[in-house]
Amino acid sequence: MTAPPVLDARGIDKAFLGVPVLSSVDLRIEQGEVHALVGENGAGKSTLMKILAGVHTADAGTIELGGRAVSFTHPLQAQRAGVATVFQEFNLLPELTVAENVHLGREPRRRGRIDRRAMAAATADLLADLGVDDLAPAAKVGSLSVAHQQITEIAKALSQGADLICMDEPTAALADAEVALLYRLVERLREKGVAVLYVSHRLREIFDLCDRITVLKDGRLVQCVDTADITPDDLVTAMVGRRIEAAFPERLPGTETGDVRLKVTGGGNARIDGVDLEVRAGEIVGLAGLQGSGRTEIAEAVFGIRPFTRGTVAVDGDVRRITSPRKAIKAGLALVTEDRKAEGLALNQSVRANARMVLDANAHLRSRRRLDRIPQILSGLDLVSRGDDQEVRYLSGGNQQKVVVAKWLAAEPGVIVLDEPTRGIDVGAKHRLYTQIRALAAEGLAVLLIASELIEVIGLADRIVVLHEGRIAGELPGGATEQEVMAYATGRRSTEDPA
Amino acid sequence: MTAIATAWHRLTARLAALGTTALIYLALAGVLVLGGAAVAIDGADKGANLFATANLVDMLTRTSLTGFLAIGMTLVILCRSLDLSVGYTAALSSLVAATTMDGRPENIPVAIGAVLLVSGLIGAANGAIVAFLRVNPFIATLGTGLIIKGYLDTEYKGPAGDVPELFQQFGYTRIGFIPVSALVMLALAGAAVWFLRSTRTGHHMYAVGGDAEVARMSGIRTDRVLIAAHVLCAMCAGVAGLLLAARFGTGSAEAYTNLYELDAIAAVVLGGTLLLGGRGGVAGTVAGVAILAVLDTVFNVMQIDPFAKDVLRGAVIIAAVALYARRQLDRTAARPRFAAAEGKSR
Repeated sequence: MTAPPVLDARGIDKAFLGVPVLSSVDLRIEQGEVHALVGENGAGKSTLMKILAGVHTADAGTIELGGRAVSFTHPLQAQRAGVATVFQEFNLLPELTVAENVHLGREPRRRGRIDRRAMAAATADLLADLGVDDLAPAAKVGSLSVAHQQITEIAKALSQGADLICMDEPTAALADAEVALLYRLVERLREKGVAVLYVSHRLREIFDLCDRITVLKDGRLVQCVDTADITPDDLVTAMVGRRIEAAFPERLPGTETGDVRLKVTGGGNARIDGVDLEVRAGEIVGLAGLQGSGRTEIAEAVFGIRPFTRGTVAVDGDVRRITSPRKAIKAGLALVTEDRKAEGLALNQSVRANARMVLDANAHLRSRRRLDRIPQILSGLDLVSRGDDQEVRYLSGGNQQKVVVAKWLAAEPGVIVLDEPTRGIDVGAKHRLYTQIRALAAEGLAVLLIASELIEVIGLADRIVVLHEGRIAGELPGGATEQEVMAYATGRRSTEDPA
Repeated sequence: MTAIATAWHRLTARLAALGTTALIYLALAGVLVLGGAAVAIDGADKGANLFATANLVDMLTRTSLTGFLAIGMTLVILCRSLDLSVGYTAALSSLVAATTMDGRPENIPVAIGAVLLVSGLIGAANGAIVAFLRVNPFIATLGTGLIIKGYLDTEYKGPAGDVPELFQQFGYTRIGFIPVSALVMLALAGAAVWFLRSTRTGHHMYAVGGDAEVARMSGIRTDRVLIAAHVLCAMCAGVAGLLLAARFGTGSAEAYTNLYELDAIAAVVLGGTLLLGGRGGVAGTVAGVAILAVLDTVFNVMQIDPFAKDVLRGAVIIAAVALYARRQLDRTAARPRFAAAEGKSR
């Protein structure tokens, strides 16, 4: 027997209001190991992680850290015991600098005064140790990219002396190039002997990075395997308990590409320029590009959040001046935003109130017929809830997203823009959502789809428009290869080049 | 024409690059220049000059009272709290000071101690109500303010106590054209700047106001920080009360009718501290106080009628904050989502 494992949790039980969420789960992580925790939404991953972080307390079971039994009732205890957690919503203060955030609550002092020089130096050392050379300790966190904010979180965890860093969907908000940086960081942590618990839906990352995988389903441990001993297909099967058919559903029979429903000509504003875009009825057009390439900006411009200042937008052939979301809705547009919690839902209101929201807010849309259709729309999307008066914050991510989609479908739009519709949704729910997007197109909607996971755009879109630095770099047919898309997205190729 | 346009662009770009505090001092300079010009033009026949000694004294005298209150208010607002009771605390403090001194110079130290104790306790109560009972600070301090008001109204029908000559000098003595009270205010401001920058408690006020949950998860005892801010704020109000007593020569319950707390909040916000907490500082607040004082003196010298004066003040405050809000919007627009693109352009 060599060194004791960093974490040895046995027989963890946890129930909320009598509903068991975890039953008798074991998790063992060795020093310097990168350990994946996978499972569908609702499998209990987050709960397990929150128990390790001291946010929740387990009802039964034992947790040992480095051979010492611990029991946390507060996040600070977990931190002091060497468990740091990087949640999806970062625990950072945007108004403070990187160094100040890293040392928050533990500022070094000299003669009773905060020693800013020592703070900056210690942060620079930490970052250098992580192999990060393009992040200044004096930079304000609010001005940093998501990736750099994540690095700041990790540096903070290390400065707290963490032996185990739990990462919750660390790549959910990262572009592909930034994911590579995270890979390097995780490798660096492994070399330093820091263990990582890696929670992700992205199978590729799990197979790239992780040594072992623990699979949860319905709050129970399915298996814990060495990554080398399992194939991605078998892993998915273990997660969902059944085989998932082809990843992307085929275009539905009877889907006809009809008239142009959305046409942007020469659109531009401070962030994007020269946008020419057409989406026809029954068509799914994908917008691909790196983080910051202008994908979301186009969606926001089309929907009037940050309107185009140049060019024209025509909906169903009529030129419209869309300068606010209200005007966009009037023109028959809908936008499912990438941040459903902040922009898509009133979390403390009921499913019904959320689903009615667009109709309630726009008198011209409100009619008995449309209101009466809402339950039908919700059941058509396979919403799983305890009823229409359940508050949406208690729904899983996938089901929340269905409510957002439902509230827009209730308005019977002609064009629907989906910005990262599958963010934070598990494999099974993703597949259902893909099928539903196909169904929307079959009903004659024009769909504009934005996704940072290339494979989604490639698998679903009939046409792919690739952006690079706020401009359209090129267009590809659906089913193009990732290499083709990346050639345009990274600016290595553009339409001006001879093919 | 284009040359002017480029020059204008360059100027606005340079302004945008300046820090908020620098901008506010620039605004103060602007107000001084405009005010000086307005006074000169308006009173050309009388040879009026905004920068005549009498007017400078008037300006600086105005800064001290609002200054004390606004320095304390900055601390609570940084913590995303608020204190609407400072006007009442100041009035009560003036009474505590005057009645304790009771005309005897040897009682001055005791009186100052008593004022700081009473005001500190009021602040501790405010802080505890906000931190532990989780009452919205607006309501909590409105409540404590009303309680103090009720006490003042029933106990003190008129002025009370007697401030000895020696202490009255705090209200009237000047070094050159600078009143001692203004110097004390500036010294307190300096101390507050140092406190916010160099002590953990001060530094943590930014964290608590920025995001209390993040602060708590980082090991900061947010309750203590919040209470500390409230105690310091109320003690600043106590100092303001000492100044009131020195000026009036007696304790005055009536002082609360001047709604000093609103002036203080206006000065803090003019000074660039975010009402939502987490950003700003005392240096800006001092400029905010000065801007209000300059405006008041200008209005006075020009003999603008009191109602028009309030209208103008209100307009200036709204215009200033609307300007900040624009800056704020620009900044948030450039935040995380677009950060990758932004990073390249820098």
